[in-house]
Amino acid sequence: MRLANPTNFMALADAILPWLIALTAALFAVGVYLAFFVAPADYQQGETVRIMFIHVPFAWLAMMGYSLIALSSIGSLVWRHPLADVAAKAALPIGASFTLLALITGALWGKPMWGAYWVWDARLTSVLILFLLYIGLIALWQAIEDPSRAGRAAAILAIVGFVNVPIIKFSVDWWNTLHQGASVIRLDGPSIHPSILIPLLVMTAAFTLLYFVLQLIAMKAEILRRRVAALQAARASGAQASPVAAG
Amino acid sequence: MLDLGPHAAFILWAYGIAAVMLIALIGWIVADHRRQLRRLSQLEAAGVTRRSSKKRARAAVKQT
Repeated sequence: MRLANPTNFMALADAILPWLIALTAALFAVGVYLAFFVAPADYQQGETVRIMFIHVPFAWLAMMGYSLIALSSIGSLVWRHPLADVAAKAALPIGASFTLLALITGALWGKPMWGAYWVWDARLTSVLILFLLYIGLIALWQAIEDPSRAGRAAAILAIVGFVNVPIIKFSVDWWNTLHQGASVIRLDGPSIHPSILIPLLVMTAAFTLLYFVLQLIAMKAEILRRRVAALQAARASGAQASPVAAG
Repeated sequence: MLDLGPHAAFILWAYGIAAVMLIALIGWIVADHRRQLRRLSQLEAAGVTRRSSKKRARAAVKQT
């Protein structure tokens, strides 16, 4: 609970961020090397399999980001955790960007493999809905001036929208789709050869760390923004009060 | 030079767009953080401080 205090959180974030950034950069260097110089071409997809090393992490993080927002929203609504609101808001542009990148890299992988940039199947459509949810939540925060009211409205929408996350995950099992099924997280183990699986896991770890680096910096910025707003309000009320006091 | 086969353009576009978007996202978040830090220090320099800062300052004066 010590971390519930924004000042303590800022101090902890400042202490771990340099290490996290260094580890992220190192993992990216190893990951890109493995992806382009070690991983072989796929026997069916050829060289285009290299798009998987960025597409799959983007798609995973799009869902993980939204799951964290839904979890933070519960923390905000139920326990009124002071950082939950901040975490949910800070995650929105990051999650939206990763979701858009999953859609773009998926389209660029789909064209040479399926012959189409886009098909209205369950997986692609549900990820598009996820992107629209992110945009809707950002718009909601912008539309309501009072941050506490905006936070409550956004939290309710985020929790309702979470129903889309399992739909994305299981869409390839529930409906006929061009998109391939799960090939890493399966009950009988990954179906990908280690020569391709290891670069994929390293790249996923690198993007996940990047996600948390950006999340921490964005949370710090949001805490500072609220302090600035509080000080500006205090100055404005002081300026209004002083003529009365003087009179 | 890497031989990325007949679909090289798709691979390069995917990595290129990802790199540009991620650099823009990192730049935007870092710039926002710096902007908030600057605004806060400007307000504090103008003498506008939080109640907790005033309490801390009073406690420090009492100790000395």
